[in-house]
Amino acid sequence: MLSRTASNLFWMGRNLERAETAARLLDVGQRITLLPNTELGYQNEWNSLLQASGTSDLFRQKYGEITQEKIEEFIFFDHDNPSSVASCLERAREAGRIVRTALTSQVWDALNVAYQELRKIERRPRSSLDTAGLTDFTTSHTSTVRGAINATQLRNDGWHFMNLGYSIERADATARLLDVKYFVLLPRIEFVGSGLDSYQWQVILRALSAHRAYHWAYGGDITAAQVADFLILNGESPRALITSLYEAVWHLEGLARRYGDSVPTEARDKAREVLTALESRNIEMIFDEGLHEFLSRFIREMATISNLVHQDYLMGGV
Amino acid sequence: MSYYNEMFDGDAVREPYARLRDWVDTMPADFRQMKQAEAEALFRRIGITFAVYGEGGDPDRLIPFDMMPRVFEQAEWRRLERGIKQRARALNAFLRDVYGRGEIVRAGRIPARLVYQNDAYEKGVVGVVPPRGVYSHIIGIDLVRTAKDEFYVLEDNCRTPSGVSYMLENREIMMRMFPQLFRGNRIEPVDQYPELLRRTLESVAPAKCSERPTCVILTPGHYNSAYYEHSFLANLMGVELVEGQDLFVDGEFCYMRTTTGPRRVDVIYRRIDDPFLDPLCFRPDSMLGIPGLMDVYRSGGVSICSAPGAGVADDKAIYTFVPEMVRFYLGEEPILNNVQTWTLWKDDDYRYVMEHLPELVVKEVHGSGGYGMLVGPKSTAAEIEAFRRKIEANPSNYIAQPTLALSTCPTFVEEGIAPRHVDLRPFCLCGDRIELVPGGLTRVALREGSLVVNSSQGGGVKDTWVLSE
Repeated sequence: MLSRTASNLFWMGRNLERAETAARLLDVGQRITLLPNTELGYQNEWNSLLQASGTSDLFRQKYGEITQEKIEEFIFFDHDNPSSVASCLERAREAGRIVRTALTSQVWDALNVAYQELRKIERRPRSSLDTAGLTDFTTSHTSTVRGAINATQLRNDGWHFMNLGYSIERADATARLLDVKYFVLLPRIEFVGSGLDSYQWQVILRALSAHRAYHWAYGGDITAAQVADFLILNGESPRALITSLYEAVWHLEGLARRYGDSVPTEARDKAREVLTALESRNIEMIFDEGLHEFLSRFIREMATISNLVHQDYLMGGV
Repeated sequence: MSYYNEMFDGDAVREPYARLRDWVDTMPADFRQMKQAEAEALFRRIGITFAVYGEGGDPDRLIPFDMMPRVFEQAEWRRLERGIKQRARALNAFLRDVYGRGEIVRAGRIPARLVYQNDAYEKGVVGVVPPRGVYSHIIGIDLVRTAKDEFYVLEDNCRTPSGVSYMLENREIMMRMFPQLFRGNRIEPVDQYPELLRRTLESVAPAKCSERPTCVILTPGHYNSAYYEHSFLANLMGVELVEGQDLFVDGEFCYMRTTTGPRRVDVIYRRIDDPFLDPLCFRPDSMLGIPGLMDVYRSGGVSICSAPGAGVADDKAIYTFVPEMVRFYLGEEPILNNVQTWTLWKDDDYRYVMEHLPELVVKEVHGSGGYGMLVGPKSTAAEIEAFRRKIEANPSNYIAQPTLALSTCPTFVEEGIAPRHVDLRPFCLCGDRIELVPGGLTRVALREGSLVVNSSQGGGVKDTWVLSE
C-alpha cells in the first residue's frame, strides 16, 4: 500500500474520532450552562473544555468573551478551528476522497453524505439550530461511517491504519480531558459530600459518553477513584486509556504480522511497552505518582507512538 | 444544411436502430423521467463528476447523460476499426521517425519547421527509442460522421486522452437500468478495456524489468478535473494511483513509497503533461513531477506512457499531414478522411479563410476543450469580427476547417425525442498489439442546433453500441 494512502486512512480515522470528541464537548458544555452553582460560573467550565482540545487561546483571540452562541460557532462550524466538527469532517472526507479506491462504496457513501449534510446545516440560519441537534447530527453520522467501516472494509492493512487512527486519537482525547479536570478527581476534603464533586465527575463521564456505562460497571455512588479507574484502567470502558491502547496495539500487531520482518516495528514495540506498564498498575499507584504527571506522560507517549507509526509506515522507508 | 440522421432515413428506421424504435415509442413519459433521475442519482453516488474551473458555481458537475444509445452495426464498425488502427500505427511510426532519422522531413513530405520547432517536440528524447517503439499507447481519435459511409477525423489525441471512464460507466448504468434492452440486442461488451489497458502497459515494460512489471497511474491529484477517471481506472486495473510525491528516483530506477518500504515502478501511465514530469528537466516550479525521472527514462529504467514528446503527433498543424504519414510509412491509402484544413500561416489559405469566416470553423492550433474556437455559421457578425482581430494578431496560431454537417442521433429532450449532433471518440491501445474495444465515447451537443459537443460547452454523453453479427 502506498504510504500516502495509509497516511490518509490513518488521518481519516483520527479526524472522525476528533469530530466526535468536539461534538461531545459541545454537549457537555451545554449541560453545564443549564445547571446553577458551578464554582466560577460556566465560563470557567467552557474554558477548561476548550483547553482539553487545545483551542482555548485560539478562541480568545478570535471571539474574546465566552457566550453560548460563540462557543457553538467555534466548536461546531468554525473552519479556523482545526478541531471543530466542520473542520474534522471536511478533512476526513477529503482524505477519503483522495483514497477513494481504498474505501468500500458504503464507507464512501456514509462519509460523503455526512459532508453533504454538513454543508446543508452550514447554510441554515444559526438561530434555527440547537446544540443537542448538532451533537446528535455529528455522533449519528460518525457512527454510521464507523459502522460501515466495521461491516464492509476488508480486514487488510488499510483497515488497520484507519482503526489505528481512531484508537490513538481516542486515547489522546480521553487523556487530555482527564488532564484538564484532573484536580476534581483528587480527593479533597472540602468537596466531599458537597454534591459539587460528584457533579463535576458526572461532567467528565458525560463528556466521554460514559455516565450510564459507569453505573452499569460499578453501581452505587460515584467516587473519584472509581471514575478515574473507569476511564483509565477499566478494559470494559470503551474510551478508557487502556482500552484504546489495547486496540492500538492489536492493530499494530496486525500490521507487523502482515508485513513481516523486513519492515520496522518500533511503533508496535513502544505501544506494547506502554500497555504493559499500564496493565501493571492500579489506580492507587497512579494517584501516588500524581494524576497530572501520569496523564502528561501518557499524552507524550501517545504522541511518540503516533510519530513512530509515521516513521515505520508512512514515509515509504526513505 | 441537411444532416445525416443516424436512426432515421426519412420515415424508415435504419437497421441498427430497428429494435430501439419500440422501446422509445412505448416508453411512458413519467417512466422516462424516473429513469433519468435514477441515472443521475447513480452518477452522483458513484462520484462521476468533472470539474469546470473559472466559471464560478459548483466546480463538481455531472456530465449530462442521455439514455438513448448511439448504435453501429458490425460492418460499419469493422471499417472504422481498420481506419483507427491504421491511423494509430502511422502516428507511432511518425514519432519513431521524427525522434530518429526524420525520413519524412528529409523526403520533403512535412516541413521541418512544423516538426522540430513545434512546442511539443521534445529535444531531450531524440534517439531514445521506448520499448517496442511505441510512443503513444492510448490514442483517442475524434470522429464525426456526415453520411452513411463518410467519417472524418476531427483530431488525434496522442498524449493523455480522457473520457474512457464515461464509456465504461455509461454502459454500466445502461445495463443496470435497462437489462431487457441488452437481452434483446446483441451488443459487444466494452468492459474488457481496463484489462486490455493493463496488458498494454505491461507489454511496454523496460527491458531491465525481469519480473512481472509494476504499473502505476500518475495523477496531478484530486483537484484535477479528470481525477475521478484516474482513480476509476486504477481501481479497475488493480494498480496504484500515485502522485509525484509518492515516487522518487534512486540510482537507475524509480520507486514508490509504500508502507513496506520502496517498491520499484516499471511503467508509469501518466496523466500529467510533459512540462510537469520532471522539474530537473522541464519546469523547475513543477510540484507534480519527480526529480530525475527523465534520466531514468532515458536510460531505460522506466517506461512512460505516453512517451515524453508524443504530443508532436497530435498538434493541429501536424494533423493535416496524417494521411501523408499513412502513405509514407505504411504504403497504404488512408481509410479515414481528414477534414480539409486551411493553415493560416500560408498566404493563400489566410486570404481564403479571412474572406469566408462566416462559413468556417476556426480553431487555435494548441486549443482544446472547445475553448478559443469560432463556429462561423453559429456566430454573430460582432463575434466574427472580434475573432478576425485575434487571427490578425497571430495568424500562425490558427487553422480553419469547413463547417461539417455532423450527423445527428435521436436524443431525449424536454419535449420528447429530437435529433442532436454527435461525435465519437474511440480509444485505441498500442503495445505489443494494437487493440480497440468495440465502442467509444459518444458526445452529444444537447443544445438544439449546436455543433459543439465538449462537456465544458454544454455537451452530454451517450452509451455507444456496436452490434455483433
